[in-house]
Amino acid sequence: MNKHCNGTTPPQGTSSEQRLAANDSPVTDNPWESLRRFTDARIGLGRAGISVPTKHLMEFQLAHARAQDAVHSPLPTEQLIDNLIQQPWCPAGIPFQLHSQADSRAVYLQRPDLGRQLNSSSQQLLQDHHKPTAKAEPYDLAIAIVDGLSSRAIEDNCVPFLSQLIPALTSHSNPWSIAPLALVEQGRVAIGDHVGELLKARCVLVLVGERPGLSSPDSMGLYLTWNPQVGRTDAWRNCISNVRPAGLKYPDAVRKTLYLMEEARAREVSGVQLKDRTDDSVLEQDGSTPSHNHNFLISHD
Amino acid sequence: MTTDKQPADSQRSRYQHRVGQRTYHFRDLADLMAKATPARSGDRLAGVAAHNAEERAVAQMALAEVPLKTFLQEALVPYEDDEVTRLIIDDHDAVAFEPIAHLTVGDFRDWLLSDFATPAILERIRAGVTPEMAAAVSKIMRNQDLILVAKKCHVKSAFRNTIGLPGHMSTRLQPNHPTDDTSGIAASILDGLLYANGDAVIGINPATDNVPQACRLINMMAEVIDHYEIPTQSCVLTHVTNTIEAIEQGAPVDLVFQSIGGTQATNDSFGFNLATLAEAQDAALSLKRGTVGDNVMYFETGQGSALSANAHHGLDQQTCEARAYAVARKFRPLLVNTVVGFIGPEYLYDGKEITRAGLEDHFCAKLLGLPMGCDVCYTNHANADQNDMDNLMTLLGVAGCTFIMGIPGSDDIMLNYQTTSFHDALYARRALGLKPAPEFAAWLEKIQIFRDGGSFTLNNQLPDLFQRSLGNLLGGY
Repeated sequence: MNKHCNGTTPPQGTSSEQRLAANDSPVTDNPWESLRRFTDARIGLGRAGISVPTKHLMEFQLAHARAQDAVHSPLPTEQLIDNLIQQPWCPAGIPFQLHSQADSRAVYLQRPDLGRQLNSSSQQLLQDHHKPTAKAEPYDLAIAIVDGLSSRAIEDNCVPFLSQLIPALTSHSNPWSIAPLALVEQGRVAIGDHVGELLKARCVLVLVGERPGLSSPDSMGLYLTWNPQVGRTDAWRNCISNVRPAGLKYPDAVRKTLYLMEEARAREVSGVQLKDRTDDSVLEQDGSTPSHNHNFLISHD
Repeated sequence: MTTDKQPADSQRSRYQHRVGQRTYHFRDLADLMAKATPARSGDRLAGVAAHNAEERAVAQMALAEVPLKTFLQEALVPYEDDEVTRLIIDDHDAVAFEPIAHLTVGDFRDWLLSDFATPAILERIRAGVTPEMAAAVSKIMRNQDLILVAKKCHVKSAFRNTIGLPGHMSTRLQPNHPTDDTSGIAASILDGLLYANGDAVIGINPATDNVPQACRLINMMAEVIDHYEIPTQSCVLTHVTNTIEAIEQGAPVDLVFQSIGGTQATNDSFGFNLATLAEAQDAALSLKRGTVGDNVMYFETGQGSALSANAHHGLDQQTCEARAYAVARKFRPLLVNTVVGFIGPEYLYDGKEITRAGLEDHFCAKLLGLPMGCDVCYTNHANADQNDMDNLMTLLGVAGCTFIMGIPGSDDIMLNYQTTSFHDALYARRALGLKPAPEFAAWLEKIQIFRDGGSFTLNNQLPDLFQRSLGNLLGGY
């Protein structure tokens, strides 16, 4: 299946042993290619001489191109906002369009510190939001939608995930009050704490594009902080990773998120103090593929 | 004309350099080292880099005039505060240092490149060279200098085979799997062996990092090595304290792994100290599993780890990295490698910076006497691609790099980054004539993975030994 016949006839006068017979392939297939059923690793690729055959080289280049595009394509925020406000479950209020202090992708990639803070106009926008309703109750939850390292992860996963999560939160027996959604460009995970603090929310959930892998350019991460404040470290956050159709599916991601949010609200903590319990009761119930756990290399002797 | 305000004499650093009308001042030796470092994002992030290209070039001129002896007198991280500094100073060999004691950093570059510096002489001065001396001279060397001198530094280590002979390059077979699935790992090990990889080590980064998981994987690899009588060693790259526990529980541990850094505070953040490594080395030695040597440690390093742990003491990242090699050489490792492009673009921005860092790390480690390999790699948010990796791998092959990684199709599906593939290693062998470790090469020919080891030509058929194990599995699909 990896055979490449180039179809050209050898020039006249080439000796018979030099000539590539029509049925001869320059590619040597690997008889163990079928073992790919055990792993997504790129095994059994075959070889042209000792090199990767063209077919697999092209596939690799496409995967890398997609991963790079996921990093460098800007998040289409206006399109996303248009889409969000048409959803019946969209929290009241026009979504905020925010930006970090990293003003370009090149700066963002080299200065993680700037990607963790909102720029001054974004800060002003959130502060102004509270002025008319200064005496109102604080929000239970702010949701920050952040491009991170993969705009594609947000584009593909944000709306379908929230369409399952938000109705579950608002129809809860003790419903969550949710701030207008916040979209952040050139943001890192910790910028969610800045958003949550300025919106005076008791809890922030960050949806962020994760560093793309070659086979997972669309992986979205979820980070939860109770009582968000600037300066919180990872120890305060709970993380749910690899949310995407080919990874952790939306219903499973929603179930885990709801569990963590309920625990956080009941105990008024997040991060390490929650993590130990959820590891046992929730994260073990992954819907991942059944394990083979079979060392076939020595089993037939 | 520039009019610098001159600080009072008592405050003025000794480190200054006059170019034309202008005198450049450097706060101290650490500042001079940082500003002399070829440009990279991590030093800019730390705020220690030169402000412009001229300041960098002048810093290099000033650094070239610093006597090597200065590095024995002025510790970059205080002796009282840091056990890595104490290790560097206390273990310094004044007799080995004698032949180069009169040199400045600039003279040292000339001496290293000269015909006086033969492989035998370089071996003799090793214990007299400190990491800071190595880092300093590397900063004023071009890439070709780093390659040429590293090639003269021969470092041999051994466990079940002999690593680091001139004209040889080994590979770590890295069969990672996102859920540590045994069949998935076995499939990648098979693929790697049949592509003639794995003489440095078969080494797994576990997805689940705990003692029972480490023991399961250690046992699994030991069975494979034993069954096929492969002259190589295995390692699970788990925390050193997990490996100590695994040994206590009777696991057949070949090599002890640990990520290490160049300051005590970095290593604190990794959760170990020098005493932990000594305990682990003793435990592994007690198992006596090596057949041709007793180098039982495997370390990984990488520029940026100290800054990432906020433990860099104001030093540039390459100087911190070189100091990690003092930690490594204390424990006579079988293997050390820098994971050069893994840490991300905030430390090494693009292919050019990754390439430079890889050559620096390899040179400094070899000069200090370490069996240095390189994880020639990048992440998808770095400005780098396969062509950058081809270039660095080729340069390191020319430089005599001890080993590189081998992974199916360059794609690590567990760690989500790209490193060199099984095919890449064969490219380097053919393009540069680099052989696998001799014991492993003999095994490859004996069981007919290589049809012709001389031209690195693989067998088109599945070797009999594997045919026997796999016949039903492959036929039945």
